[in-house]
Amino acid sequence: MRNITLSQAVNEALAEEMRRDETVFIIGEDVAEAGTPFKILSGLVEEFGTDRVIDTPIAEPGFMGMAVGAAMTGSRPVVDLMFGDFIFLIMDQLCNQAAKTHYMSGGKLNVPLVVRTNLGATRRSAAQHSQSLQALVAHIPGLKVALPSSAYEAKGLLKTAIRDNNPVVIFEDKLMYQDKAEVPEEEYLIPFGEANIKREGSDITLIATSSMVQVAEKAAEMLAAEGISAEVIDPRTIVPLDEKTLIESVKKTSRAIVIDEGHQSYGVTSEIASRLNENAFYHLDAPVLRMGAMDVPVPFSPALEDITVPTPEAVVENARKLCSGEMIHAA
Amino acid sequence: MSPAKKAKTNTEDYLRMYRQMVRIRSFEDNANQLYLAAKMPGLTHMYSGEEAVAVGICEALTDNDRITSTHRGHGHCVAKGAEFKEMFCELLGKEEGYCRGKGGSMHIADQSHGNLGANAIVGGSMGIATGSALRAKLQGSDDVTVCFFGDGATAQGLMYEVMNMAALWNLPVIYACENNGYSEYTRTDEIAAGSITARAEAFGIEAFQIDGQDVLAVNDLAQKLVARCRKGEGPFFIELMTYRYHGHHVGDINREYYRSKEEEKDWKDNRDPIIRFRSYLVEQGIASEEEIEAMNAEIKADAEAAVEYALNAKYPDASEVDMHVFAD
Repeated sequence: MRNITLSQAVNEALAEEMRRDETVFIIGEDVAEAGTPFKILSGLVEEFGTDRVIDTPIAEPGFMGMAVGAAMTGSRPVVDLMFGDFIFLIMDQLCNQAAKTHYMSGGKLNVPLVVRTNLGATRRSAAQHSQSLQALVAHIPGLKVALPSSAYEAKGLLKTAIRDNNPVVIFEDKLMYQDKAEVPEEEYLIPFGEANIKREGSDITLIATSSMVQVAEKAAEMLAAEGISAEVIDPRTIVPLDEKTLIESVKKTSRAIVIDEGHQSYGVTSEIASRLNENAFYHLDAPVLRMGAMDVPVPFSPALEDITVPTPEAVVENARKLCSGEMIHAA
Repeated sequence: MSPAKKAKTNTEDYLRMYRQMVRIRSFEDNANQLYLAAKMPGLTHMYSGEEAVAVGICEALTDNDRITSTHRGHGHCVAKGAEFKEMFCELLGKEEGYCRGKGGSMHIADQSHGNLGANAIVGGSMGIATGSALRAKLQGSDDVTVCFFGDGATAQGLMYEVMNMAALWNLPVIYACENNGYSEYTRTDEIAAGSITARAEAFGIEAFQIDGQDVLAVNDLAQKLVARCRKGEGPFFIELMTYRYHGHHVGDINREYYRSKEEEKDWKDNRDPIIRFRSYLVEQGIASEEEIEAMNAEIKADAEAAVEYALNAKYPDASEVDMHVFAD
């Protein structure tokens, strides 16, 4: 099978869906000739023209709101939000308008739109271009949230997102845009709410999202060398969440670490850990651990920034403690 | 695609405009009574006094044209073609409401007549209206979207972002600013520096200021601008000078600290859009006093029957609470 970058995978997904459905269009800053600062969209404006690859002024709430109106009336906009951090700028249009319209209208109005944006620190971009804000939107009923962990997932999840009749926010890991993975030539979709068991294991479950899937896989390799068998699961979407696969895995392994690049407090890791505690408590041999980004604004200095994000070594250390019984607090 | 309606010049059209204004007033009188009698959950924002704005504009539109509305939205909803029964059911949170009771007064949407919904965020629908117009342009449809909002919403940043894009891309949207003189509990001249129409003109958008109490003048301007929007000459901006008879919401009763009773009386006695248009219809021999009284009585009875129906209607079943979070 061929290998393509995550960036190419996103580009292909958009081109395929735009060819298939003429109501799909892209709107955002520098999406046309510039192809975005990450050059993800290069070539699309040449094929689809400026009516379907629409460059906007720097006005995130404005073009987000317009996408909502276009979606409510028969288009399928794909909003390009240049950095995940800019989610804060579009919160009213995304959370008060897009997320609630179907419900508030008693099911009469749909808002089929996609917000494509990104997450991920360690790019030396400092506090306002490095956040992983998926928990913020996952908290709002009415929004679906996808977190692709490779080029393969990025393509399949984006195509599903575009066909979904709800607002979907898809966070790509900006450090992964040039990473290659096997992606089939033929068309495929990845359904929402189906976790992917990346690696089977029996001693501990590592549940990891997006950028943290690679971290978990590396940790699993290192653990294997020590004789600890780790299962690695990628939920792929956190709304909807494939609770069943996660719970079944933890019932089997009896230990779990949840790893996500968002801030740890009140985050994705907390939510998943709670669900495991509620549903698999009597199967657990140790507390479920959360590993998120440190609860600090992302610092600029490489010496500081790298400390804030979970690493394979840190996962290994925690897994070791869980498996050795070190974290069981006897009465 | 429906062709643009012709300007309202005949008896039938005039009488329909009068009827729609009275229907709005009648709806609001009943809604206010429901609140005062503690029969309505929550509270609501009255449109009384501003009827000529909604009716003058919506009578220039077809069902295929879209509007976005505001927290003070009952008038837009009626003017765009909604029925009393479903509206009162929605206000009372009943299953047969336009939104199955999930939206209430501040979120009534009536897609069948092109009403994309009221919005409880001041200025929150400006993106939606402009996006609807973008969709029309991209899909080669000749429908027009009207964005209703108040003077208070001109202070929101979103308005400037979307007017900029609407002007850059010649979108078929009409921004209809209902200037009723008050931004919630504050006089508009305390929250808006400079001229309101100049805000639109800064983007090269043709802007008009008009007497919002004169339904024929509003309709005449709306007909012209809708027709020009259909030809790709949009967007446009209208500032409609009007007045809200009630407070910011039905519970805002003691309001002399921001607005005098004399001022309210002056608008009601001397500039009421319904009284003005009624006099015109009688003077022009379009309708007699008796015919008008008969029409008023019929509308009053319709509204009262709808209220009665809604009061006795079913609440949604508890099983609906998590329905419609996501579309299939």
